[in-house]
Amino acid sequence: MARTPRQRSTVEAAIRPARASDLAPVIALDSETTGLAKPEYWHEMFQRCARNGFFLVAADEARLLGFVAGEVRAWEFGSPPCGWVFAVQVRPGSRQAGLGSRLFAALCEAFRAAGVDRVRTMLAREDTVIHAFFRSQGMTAGPFIQLESRLD
Amino acid sequence: MRLQKATAFALYAVLELAADPGRQMTAVEIAEKYGISTHHLAKVLRDLGRAGLVAAVRGVGGGYRFAGNAKRLTLMDVVRLFEDTSAGSDLSAAEARQEIAQGLYFVLHEIDDQTAATLRSISLTTMLKLIARRPWDAGMRSAAAALARSPAP
Repeated sequence: MARTPRQRSTVEAAIRPARASDLAPVIALDSETTGLAKPEYWHEMFQRCARNGFFLVAADEARLLGFVAGEVRAWEFGSPPCGWVFAVQVRPGSRQAGLGSRLFAALCEAFRAAGVDRVRTMLAREDTVIHAFFRSQGMTAGPFIQLESRLD
Repeated sequence: MRLQKATAFALYAVLELAADPGRQMTAVEIAEKYGISTHHLAKVLRDLGRAGLVAAVRGVGGGYRFAGNAKRLTLMDVVRLFEDTSAGSDLSAAEARQEIAQGLYFVLHEIDDQTAATLRSISLTTMLKLIARRPWDAGMRSAAAALARSPAP
């Protein structure tokens, strides 16, 4: 009997810390998902998380299926230390199988182990998919408001 | 944000039924639970039925049951059945020429954008999970703690 993507992803994908060899597929997945190739950004993010953060991937034996990255930040905007999620992405063909939730849960566990009790993120207002994902993980509006201005 | 009565009633009914898709409830049962007008709710349920979100079950023990996909349907999908959620203002031509009115509606549009994004991001399943978690209790606990710390008048 053919297995569904849900079964395959749930059973076979492992969540683990990223390795140097994961960087290329991370860059490729981000490029595929966002339509923008940002290799320098991901190299820098990878090094930053290696020093002071968490970069986790979901992968089966053959390939990378998703990733999540974040770090603990302290006293930014006057906030006590809390975990920040920088990015979470799952390969389009592997979505709706709980991988994003597993990645997010693993990152939250890493934040808890680092001694914080709150997780935060920021996202584009129009990005309903990622907004709905974070809402489904129990996130609600926080106490901060994001503002910006053109620098004419 | 203040919802129209019909919108609030629709959200009560849809979430009540989506919480247990195998259960049927009559308009009277839902109305009594929330202390709202049965007549008004019955009209709302008919609108929800026409939109395919609930299905009427005829006969003894009949009523309504949830008929949608709770993971896919969002709060916005329900709200837009009863409210005008399109961007825009009710400015008259004379108002629209005035910078003060333009500036005011620029800010109000910012608020509407935020509201719409929030409603679009919350599926019925997510909403039911939020209700089960009761995050507002934490706010009440904080308020009670602040009240306890404040000096007596």
